[in-house]
Amino acid sequence: MSDLSISGVEAGYGHVRVLHGVNLKVSDKPVALMGRNGMGKSTLAQAIMGMNPTTAGAITYGNLTLTGLSPTKIANAGIGYVPQGRRVFPSLSVDEHLRILEKRNGQWSAKKVYDLFPRLAERKKNGGAMLSGGEQQMLAIGRALMTNPSLLLMDEPSEGLAPAIVEHLAISLQNLVNEGQRILLIEQNLKFASTLCDEIVILSNGEIQATVSSKELRASAELQNKYLGVA
Amino acid sequence: MSITTKAGAHALSLSGVSRNFGGIRAVADISFDVSHGKRLTIIGTNGAGKSTLFNLVTGVYQLSSGSISVFGQDVSKQPAHQRANLGIARTFQTSKLFQGLTVRENLYVSLRQAIGEKKISWLANPASADQLRIQSTLLLEKVDLMKKADILVSDISHGESRQLEVAMALAMRPKILMLDEPAAGISPTERVRLVEMLKSLEKEITLVLIEHDMAVALAVADEVIVMHDGTIFMQGSPDEVRESSAVRDLYLGSNHE
Repeated sequence: MSDLSISGVEAGYGHVRVLHGVNLKVSDKPVALMGRNGMGKSTLAQAIMGMNPTTAGAITYGNLTLTGLSPTKIANAGIGYVPQGRRVFPSLSVDEHLRILEKRNGQWSAKKVYDLFPRLAERKKNGGAMLSGGEQQMLAIGRALMTNPSLLLMDEPSEGLAPAIVEHLAISLQNLVNEGQRILLIEQNLKFASTLCDEIVILSNGEIQATVSSKELRASAELQNKYLGVA
Repeated sequence: MSITTKAGAHALSLSGVSRNFGGIRAVADISFDVSHGKRLTIIGTNGAGKSTLFNLVTGVYQLSSGSISVFGQDVSKQPAHQRANLGIARTFQTSKLFQGLTVRENLYVSLRQAIGEKKISWLANPASADQLRIQSTLLLEKVDLMKKADILVSDISHGESRQLEVAMALAMRPKILMLDEPAAGISPTERVRLVEMLKSLEKEITLVLIEHDMAVALAVADEVIVMHDGTIFMQGSPDEVRESSAVRDLYLGSNHE
């Protein structure tokens, strides 16, 4: 299994720099990345996936340097990405989304995704445009799993999902982690993040501000305000 | 029961509202009333038809059957812009903002709409421009976006877009404010601020909210509707919904606090 290593990464949009030297490592324990809005969480995810070029630093996955690679190559290296905002294809059905990724000997099959999200099975024949927001979210997660990723990179997977589905998703992901699935999770749902991850990394103003125990963060309004607050 | 006379009319009244998409009945025979100034939250399973219901009320989708009235006026056949003129403002589950304008400029669009300016006359009218600046500043402070006022919307984060959408809806000076998952994508502490902001809304504003975060959904609601498979599964007070074992099994999950 490969470690994801992020060191001194800088990135931004145009002349606005968003990430100011981020260092982060993901190995066998799932890591949750949290922080206020606009702190650079999604920018970091896009930098990992090669969708937003880095201007300094290096990202490696095992022996492979990801910096400079295309998103396709990075996905092929085993990183499955659930982007924020879902981005499903309006004209492909749920089943088509999953089947085009199905591999003969892959760990994941469309059937396994339907077991994870029974609601998607009910919507099998519906096009992406006909799905509700939450259903699109389920499909985006299922689609990432269909690539049989060794590392699953999820940008707010719980967004738009009903509480019972979030709970179910947390348990399912926990089971995957026990089977060796590696996860980097970006979340705003503290309950979900702390169910899955023991440690939470706080990103603030484009830098890692702290690493805190998820239990402590959940129990303390003061810590939440400090790390996830508005001020 | 819907009241069709203007005197004492409900802010919003739905009667037998249905919408089919091909063979799918996304919304099936829904009826409810929202009194003036009430806060209604709609929760429910994914794909239950919550956002479709919003689209039917605001006129984005046409009804398959049933009727909708706003302040006693039947709007079932009216296009979206006419319903907006009656005072309905909404946000969308996925952002619909002007990406090439700054945060403040996006607010100007809504503010100008609200005062009914047809021409870009405020450019040449310093008094009006000042007003817009003051109004937009107040709104930006309300949703904690002041620091991002002059940033292009294409460069702000997803959570910030959601905050801006709420500000844009407020800028319309709505009589009925409809928010589709306003807490999605914003941080836990910002959610607390959102709840405070929603609670401090003027009493004259009728609020209809779709939300999955129960800390937000139940905190601001006078009444809650739980939707499932296009129908109303339960309707009651926040406490009744919180204590319902059926809602727990269907929607909240076993570990819900």
